[in-house]
Amino acid sequence: MVMKVDPSKKWTGPVRPYDIIKEGVIAVVVVAVLAGGLSLLFSSPDDKAVTLKSWSNNNAADFALTTSGELAGTTTSAGYGAPYNHAANGPTLGPLKLQDWVGVHIPVDPPNDFVVTPLLMLNDANTTTALATWKVASADQQIKWATAYSDALGKAPGATSIPDVKNQFGPVPQMVTSLLAMAKTGALDGALTTSQTPLPTDFTKPLLFLADSDGYFGDMAAKQHLSGDQWGVMNETGSWPGQSWLWLFSLWYQVEPFKSSGNADTLVMTLMGLLTLALALFPILPIIRKLPYKIPIHRLIWKKWYARKL
Amino acid sequence: MNSSHSNSGKDKNWTARLRKSTLETMEPQDLLPDNQPAYVASWIYVFGVLTIASLLMLIITGLILTLEGPSWWHVSSVGHFFNSMHLWSVELFFVFMVVHLWGKFWMAAWRGKRTATWITGVLAFGTSIITALTGYLIQTNFDSQWIATQAKDGFNAMGIGSFFNTLNTGQAILLHVALLPLVVGIIVVWHILLVRRKGVVPPIDNDSTIQTGAF
Repeated sequence: MVMKVDPSKKWTGPVRPYDIIKEGVIAVVVVAVLAGGLSLLFSSPDDKAVTLKSWSNNNAADFALTTSGELAGTTTSAGYGAPYNHAANGPTLGPLKLQDWVGVHIPVDPPNDFVVTPLLMLNDANTTTALATWKVASADQQIKWATAYSDALGKAPGATSIPDVKNQFGPVPQMVTSLLAMAKTGALDGALTTSQTPLPTDFTKPLLFLADSDGYFGDMAAKQHLSGDQWGVMNETGSWPGQSWLWLFSLWYQVEPFKSSGNADTLVMTLMGLLTLALALFPILPIIRKLPYKIPIHRLIWKKWYARKL
Repeated sequence: MNSSHSNSGKDKNWTARLRKSTLETMEPQDLLPDNQPAYVASWIYVFGVLTIASLLMLIITGLILTLEGPSWWHVSSVGHFFNSMHLWSVELFFVFMVVHLWGKFWMAAWRGKRTATWITGVLAFGTSIITALTGYLIQTNFDSQWIATQAKDGFNAMGIGSFFNTLNTGQAILLHVALLPLVVGIIVVWHILLVRRKGVVPPIDNDSTIQTGAF
């Protein structure tokens, strides 16, 4: 006999004994044993944080190249746009310029914030002279000097400075050399983190500067398979599991049209938002809500119940 | 004389309305049952309570980590162990939650006016992902630095980065330790209360709504 019931009504059919508190306690013990055992067996990863000091000491050439790029306005931060500066419109979603519309809420001016302002803290005569020359120059001239120096450094792998034989770099070599020396002592880390408050918790500026480095920071991430094209969104350093629940989010960055799109972040975020909304609306989506009836996995779940009726 | 006890009077009383829509919708047996419908007999039912147990373990290990601050686990073997417990608890939490979610999907567990239960489950899943992300941001190691610099682009692209700055470790700490666990906790409690109030959905083919697919 098949018993038809209204699932919205309270169950009045046969019941079986159940102890919700006992079940809860057993579940907590099981999870504690599992998590404790996995912790003892595999521990957890902890690769030390990198600093501007470690960057400048371990890859001085990359630091010098990135610094000249900040002055030339060619780094990612210098050309980012909102919420840091007005250098670009940022990614768009069709006609929607979401990033640009919100505006600059976390002002970051890479040439001044990362290079010029920290150098003002130094009492070195050469640095002071270089800064004075930089400040009175036009913006065009500043970019011309910095671009020429950045290009020259780019063509001389491993070099931290290039002689100005054609007199085309202006004060830039001295500024880069001074900032490199400052960074090697660790003073630049302090200068950037304490630029807003003496007891900082905001690392926006040093992290943006670090993230402009492909040769050090980006290279370290690639070696740990953390880059975007390595499914880095869901990976962890070493061989530990990372945020594996972000697999779908990570997947889109590996396939076209997202992979090569300049608007990939907006497209992927929007798509994931829509998919999450769809997941919430499964109960009313015409085809999706019928799937549990069409594909009878429920026959396995309620196997004992169906067998009992027969 | 009885006007204060009339139905219309009760309808205007906020306290009465709250009691009516909460406490009076559930009996003690619904909240703390000592029996279940006979069809509740499958391993799939275990994953809901395992998810809650993992959340509890996350709260306990998280609270222990708060005692000595975010850098403690870098310099203490005890701190590192509890960080590992926290990490493995979150891995278990998501595994259990995803199995629970798909189990409920194949049961079409939204039947019988249980749509709100399904939606609160999805809300719990979504807010848990954001909470986990903020946890990864406050590891104060290389991994957290890298995730912060990459995740910022996604949030900035949607115009959210101005308000949630992944590079601001202090903000991430407060979100992860205070606000987001509270939000997840409220949604999970709401979800559990809905489950207890509506009861466990009966088997497909056993209800009268199969043909229409009504919920």
